[in-house]
Amino acid sequence: MKRFAYVRPSTLDEALAAGARPGAAYLAGGTNLLDLMKTGARRPDVVVDITRLPDLSAVTVLEDGDVRVGALVRNATLAADPAFARAYPAIAEALLSGASGQLRNMATLGGNLLQETRCAYFADPASACNRRRPGTGCDARGGENRLHAVLGWSEACIATHPSDLCVPLAAHDAVVEIVGPAGAREVPFGEFHRLPGDEPQVTTALEPGEIVAAVRLPGHGKAFAPHARYLKVRERTSYAFAVVSAAAMLRLDRGRIAEARIALGGVAARPWRAAAAEAALVGEVADDAAFHRAGELALAEARPSGENAFKIELGRRAVARVLRLAAAGTPDFAPALPASPFASTTGVALHG
Amino acid sequence: MTHSLTLTVNGEEKTVALDDPRVTLLDLLRERLGLTGAKKGCDRGQCGACTVLVDGRRVNACLTLALTVDGSDVLTIEGVARNGSLHPVQAAFIAHDGFQCGFCTPGQIMSAIGLMAEAGPLDDPERIREGLSGNLCRCGAYAGITEAVRDASKILSGKGGAA
Repeated sequence: MKRFAYVRPSTLDEALAAGARPGAAYLAGGTNLLDLMKTGARRPDVVVDITRLPDLSAVTVLEDGDVRVGALVRNATLAADPAFARAYPAIAEALLSGASGQLRNMATLGGNLLQETRCAYFADPASACNRRRPGTGCDARGGENRLHAVLGWSEACIATHPSDLCVPLAAHDAVVEIVGPAGAREVPFGEFHRLPGDEPQVTTALEPGEIVAAVRLPGHGKAFAPHARYLKVRERTSYAFAVVSAAAMLRLDRGRIAEARIALGGVAARPWRAAAAEAALVGEVADDAAFHRAGELALAEARPSGENAFKIELGRRAVARVLRLAAAGTPDFAPALPASPFASTTGVALHG
Repeated sequence: MTHSLTLTVNGEEKTVALDDPRVTLLDLLRERLGLTGAKKGCDRGQCGACTVLVDGRRVNACLTLALTVDGSDVLTIEGVARNGSLHPVQAAFIAHDGFQCGFCTPGQIMSAIGLMAEAGPLDDPERIREGLSGNLCRCGAYAGITEAVRDASKILSGKGGAA
């Protein structure tokens, strides 16, 4: 690990001043940044520890019913907040399906949004990677790319965004609140993560020196709470990144779909909102035929970026299945295996 | 630049001067404070052998810069026994053969203690396996670990148990 200067600001102004220094990186939970500093993929000159900043660790219900989650709220803390989990159950389920108990205690909301791809060539400084060093090429093309993108990728980069949490956040039309040297601003969640195009090194809408302050969830999203699920297909039952994941939220009116929200994870460089599939479901009877059509529509533009054509069919099936789970109703208690295809909806273990 | 760091480790206050900010909590415990119970397995947050409690919450000490937990209360495997008696989770690991080589065991036990604090009594083996999935055991002692945690949970919640 390269040596760095460590600073621990206690006010936002101090943090922004430190973050403006050349080679500065903000540190919160550290689960991703410190790991990449160990591989050498990230080599900051200044580490700005923002964990002691005030006012970024609260979950607040605003006057208009929106819910504001501070960027320093830990994943485990948010998932364990009963009022939050009741209002936004798909987000709680996604949180509980991510990483391990230890990492969920450390990782923060802001860090989750800003985490890097788990493409092995990005983490390895000896590999060619346009995302880490623009213009060097992409060793994932022609390399180990089973888990890479099938939507929104470019010749320059086929990496995926690995977050679970961000998938239902995208489905909820969340808003990202940002503070920076030029003041405060907001970015719609769907515009926060960038597709690679010709500039895969630009991964988010964040400008240099800016900090994610909070994520705001529209209060309207609570209307989905009775029918909101997250499904995560992994290569082992727990503690693995998604091969493909999907969030689905429905508002039902006498068996017909009044409103639908669908987003996928593990398929693109950003959480992938399936707007066409959502629109096609409105007015339909909530049955398997409609859910399969939604799966087809959600992956309509998908194409393999390597040895990963299987993820397209997996994505279709994941969408259909998570819609079926959502239609069946949000369980009263978190399943023993959150978001797992092996968990029954009643919470009773299917194996073991 | 030298940084000064004060921690409560297993109930004792420790002040350390750090000349290098790269020191992780794991390295601080093992190399500077002589507490070698927490193990360096992968050093990447993937194996859980370094698990300790910081302010009562289990974390991977290998992915924690020591300076970031300045002022915190740290509990390691060396601090869980009381007056010469093993912690109930330690005793249950022995009673149920919850280990073979023992390298992952301090992390498993600290993770189990942290899990019980988070989740309350644990009876469903599926929930125990899920809750401890951040701790790998390459000897494959998982069956014994699951039983040990189940049994210790009964004892700690006042419902009996065999250990």
